[in-house]
Amino acid sequence: MLSGATIEVTNLTKRYGDVEALRGVSFAVNEGEVFGLLGPNGAGKTSTVEILEGLRTPDSGSVSVCGLDPQSSGAEFKYVIGAALQATALPDKMRVHEALDLFGSFYPQRRGTQELLARFGLEEKRNAFYSQLSGGQKQRLALAMALVNNPRVVFLDEPTAGLDPQVRREIYDIVEELKKEKKTILLTTHYIEEAEKLCDRVAIVDHGKVIALGTPRELKERSGAVTRITVRMAKPETNGALGNLEGVTECRTEADDYLLYSTRVPRTIVALVKHLEEQNNELVSLEISAPSLEDIFLELTGRRLRD
Amino acid sequence: MSRVFGHTWSLTVSRMRLAMRNRAFLFFSLIMPLAFLFGYAGLFRRFGPEAVPYLLSMVLALTVMGSFWGLSVQLVTFREQGILRRFRVTPVGASAMLASSLISNYFLTLPTIAIEFYISRSVFHMAGLGNLVSVFILVTIGTVTFASLGLIVASVTNTMQETQIINQIIWFVFLFISGATIPFPMLPAMVQKISLFLPATYLVSGLQRAMIDHTNLNSLGSYLASLVGCALIAFIVSAQLFRWEPETKAPRQAKLWVAAAVVPFLLLGIWENFNGDLRSHAVKNMQSIREPYSLERIEH
Repeated sequence: MLSGATIEVTNLTKRYGDVEALRGVSFAVNEGEVFGLLGPNGAGKTSTVEILEGLRTPDSGSVSVCGLDPQSSGAEFKYVIGAALQATALPDKMRVHEALDLFGSFYPQRRGTQELLARFGLEEKRNAFYSQLSGGQKQRLALAMALVNNPRVVFLDEPTAGLDPQVRREIYDIVEELKKEKKTILLTTHYIEEAEKLCDRVAIVDHGKVIALGTPRELKERSGAVTRITVRMAKPETNGALGNLEGVTECRTEADDYLLYSTRVPRTIVALVKHLEEQNNELVSLEISAPSLEDIFLELTGRRLRD
Repeated sequence: MSRVFGHTWSLTVSRMRLAMRNRAFLFFSLIMPLAFLFGYAGLFRRFGPEAVPYLLSMVLALTVMGSFWGLSVQLVTFREQGILRRFRVTPVGASAMLASSLISNYFLTLPTIAIEFYISRSVFHMAGLGNLVSVFILVTIGTVTFASLGLIVASVTNTMQETQIINQIIWFVFLFISGATIPFPMLPAMVQKISLFLPATYLVSGLQRAMIDHTNLNSLGSYLASLVGCALIAFIVSAQLFRWEPETKAPRQAKLWVAAAVVPFLLLGIWENFNGDLRSHAVKNMQSIREPYSLERIEH
């Protein structure tokens, strides 16, 4: 853990009835860093973020944001944070510019409504009611509201959940811009692509625990640099011989594909071709992919993120 | 402190704007009270313009009591939809949120009151305006009291369904045994005794006395003090029990706190039942509207 970090989380635990949502979560986020909490639904991401936002109290452990305790620092804490919550709404009959005006009025320092409307592509919707906005527009408004006080720290809880790919890319661009502004951002996601594209560092969370933490690159390297070779063959293999090919550490099947995890890719491919000739089999397709965070999650938990 | 006032004012303006766009709000806070006014005036037409102050005082009381219903429903809706939790990550506190509910509701009630007076004068030829200062103060304090009682309901109920059931029960009690719809002297003696424990009864009686007898504020002291006491306790309790999150449930013992808000009217009710003059004022005010009718009958 780095001292002087903008966000510090130490041994956080939280229980909801019989469910242990957080079981000793610890991490630190540095100034200007985009930090991702990656994990499946129910992993404990939202509980962690909501404790950091001051919306929930932990059962034990401690958190600090810009040196402030979210529970006891009151308005001083609220001035330095901005948040786009996962489950939230505005009154249906509130207009877009009114929402920005209203939320801006709560802070001594604020960004102009016009500036935010322009930046988030909402100028044409400035007089629209909240109920008239599409999902993407609502999310852009949520982000604009999170930035209305020009915060030092921004919390984005599943900012692209349920949005179509184009809107998701628009949100990515906005986060990239915030990154350039050196905002400290904590985002939660269960999209691998999002974590890899946006985050400087990622904590993989599962069952209320951080099971891996580092830059996406570090995590991939730490995973043993296992490369995945996806193979489809004309005739199915039944004797398990693929797992014994040179360099192959593991072999899984997924529908009609065989996933070979290899530490020595060229040798594995040569061995695979020889094996196919011996078996009088044919190669239909072959795809080589460098290890992704999805693979790391799979390696660590034996499950896929969406399982 | 100025920060809290600033937040309260911003929220007040926003909530007034939202209310004006809400058809249900316009129906319940403007059209329904006016419908009552026209309905009463039609029913009591034969009593002539002298009856109008009595009828208007009942309609004013209904308008003021309407605050009880609207605010609790709005607050619970905001909580259930996750709107409140968005405010929670801002510097806005529970007090500013609740105070803005009360103030916006008050500002939105005043035009309806003014329209009711205007129609009573211009359409139903009401002669005087009663003691306007007393009416204004009763309307002001009454609006805050009934809105605070609404907030307390919102604070102790967990779902909209629960809120509406409790609201219905309390609302019907206020409506039918306070004198706001059925004149107090016409209620059975036992019901009158119970009625003396209700804030609505004192609001109705106070408005009738201010409208008909031109009663000044000094003479309404005990009524006003109880309404203010009830409002203060209800506001403090609802601020203490305020919940931002839909999944946070009201603790069971919290519901006991609500009893504190009833204390002023419990005391006033006991006093009124043994020594009070509300009953005699109610009879006198009602007789005052019967006189022309009785004289008319005698003449025939």
